[in-house]
Amino acid sequence: MLCDRCGKREATHHDLVVSGGQVHETHLCEECARDLGASTQPTGSVSEWLAQFVLTPPTERPKRSDAPLHCEHCGLTFAQFKKGGLMGCPACYEAFASKLVPLLERAHEGASQHCGKVPRRALSRSRLARDPEPEVESLADRIEALRHELAEAVRSEAYEKAASIRDQLYGLTRPGTPDEDDT
Amino acid sequence: MRPGPDESGPAWDKSHLPVLCAKRTEWLRGGGESCDVVMSSRVRLARNLAGFPFMPKAERADREQILELCRRQIVAARLAPQHMWVDLHSASKAERSLLVERQLISRPHATGKLSSGKGGAGEPRAVAVGLPDEQLAVSVNEEDHIRIQVIRTGLDLAEAYRRADKADDALESGLEFAFSPVFGYLTACPTNVGTGARFSVMLHLPALKMTGEIEKVKNAADDMGLAVRGFYGEGSDAAGDFFQLSNQITLGKSEQRLLEIMQDEIVPMVVEYERRARDALLGRRRRATEDTIFRALGVLENARLLSVEEAMNLLSRVRLGVTLRLLTDIDPDTVCHLFLLVQNAHLERTCERGTEPIDRNAVRADLLRSRLHARPG
Repeated sequence: MLCDRCGKREATHHDLVVSGGQVHETHLCEECARDLGASTQPTGSVSEWLAQFVLTPPTERPKRSDAPLHCEHCGLTFAQFKKGGLMGCPACYEAFASKLVPLLERAHEGASQHCGKVPRRALSRSRLARDPEPEVESLADRIEALRHELAEAVRSEAYEKAASIRDQLYGLTRPGTPDEDDT
Repeated sequence: MRPGPDESGPAWDKSHLPVLCAKRTEWLRGGGESCDVVMSSRVRLARNLAGFPFMPKAERADREQILELCRRQIVAARLAPQHMWVDLHSASKAERSLLVERQLISRPHATGKLSSGKGGAGEPRAVAVGLPDEQLAVSVNEEDHIRIQVIRTGLDLAEAYRRADKADDALESGLEFAFSPVFGYLTACPTNVGTGARFSVMLHLPALKMTGEIEKVKNAADDMGLAVRGFYGEGSDAAGDFFQLSNQITLGKSEQRLLEIMQDEIVPMVVEYERRARDALLGRRRRATEDTIFRALGVLENARLLSVEEAMNLLSRVRLGVTLRLLTDIDPDTVCHLFLLVQNAHLERTCERGTEPIDRNAVRADLLRSRLHARPG
């Protein structure tokens, strides 16, 4: 079957919509589907796609939905952010993470991972800081070491390991992780 | 003058601005390391409170609450021996301009407008200024909830950062900042995310301007990922041959590394270029250079009308003459102070003549003549 739009290539996307008792069929080739925003094929190399998937924590991955990408906390849509250039609230960073990372990399010479000061409150919430004598330095060092390990794992395409390091990194400073709820 | 601060709140408010007006300001003090070229060093940290929307989405009630939380913590943290708190939403335009000219607030903070054009003069926002030296200023409800700024004369980013970091810790002891282990300190604009740290130096580069090499420096800075701005930051021109250089990257490099790049790698290079250009002016172009400098002094000492831009450009040449020791009877501190006094808000405050509006260009020329004629010799 040929594509409804270009009439040249083989259709690989088939949509069936029932509305008002009528059945509407659409058949598109990969290229036309991508033009119309319907493609499911990842762009870029597989390794790039996997790296992005691993670096994005499960909570930050966009859910499949017809609604435009938006922050559930403040309601800002990604399109609004792109137009105004400003985020609506801290939660926007998580909500838009998947699309934000390439933008951050462009603005910050390829970096999308913080490297520097960590506020004391974030440290004291961490598991390590629950130690009777928390050592701020050692936690900062640990975070730094994990970041290096993560970068190395992604570079060597060890995605399973990278995902595990990512989760450790998140658990280290993220507020309200399950095993902190009992405190 | 009111007594010093106590537990109840800041001791000084906007009514004390005229006192500041007569004083010299840190960023134009003209001292410290490499002060022949580097006027001042500035560190700015952007922070936001967790649990509150950023400015574009903040309602008036959010802004008022953020303002009050920050005010209380700034008072409790005792960031400076004394401080002045100015509610910008109730300050006059002239008062806000004074603060801009002293580099204590940004121009957008003075107008209350965000880059999107949203907001206005009535938006709840403030600045706390550390006294007596005005080195520390904390802006509340700017593009980010909190912007900590420390300015030091000359090339001294390390001490400026040490103080800003200390103020950050003191504020954080009573406020929770929005932070992500992946993205770092979360800011309204993703160009500030991560460290939220901006390291800037204000450079006086008259020789590079005169030799026409300034464009090369600007292009090189651009290639190195640095922002080059004018006298009063974003969108301002380089009046008086002042150029502000700052890092654009805030993510992926630590504060220490960003500081080192600016302080140890970039600034010494630009300083060297400017000094070489000054040597070149004293070499084969000596007569022409002397002519330019003495003509500038002649105009400043005799003109009857001077715009702020012309005054600054002439003062820049006179300052060059002082640093090249071609003008030996002019106090370098006076020249630095005049850069500030010729600005509109300072001029109006210094030369207040009752309620009558002043002809700024005439008053500016009178002021320059009287100050420069008062020199010894």
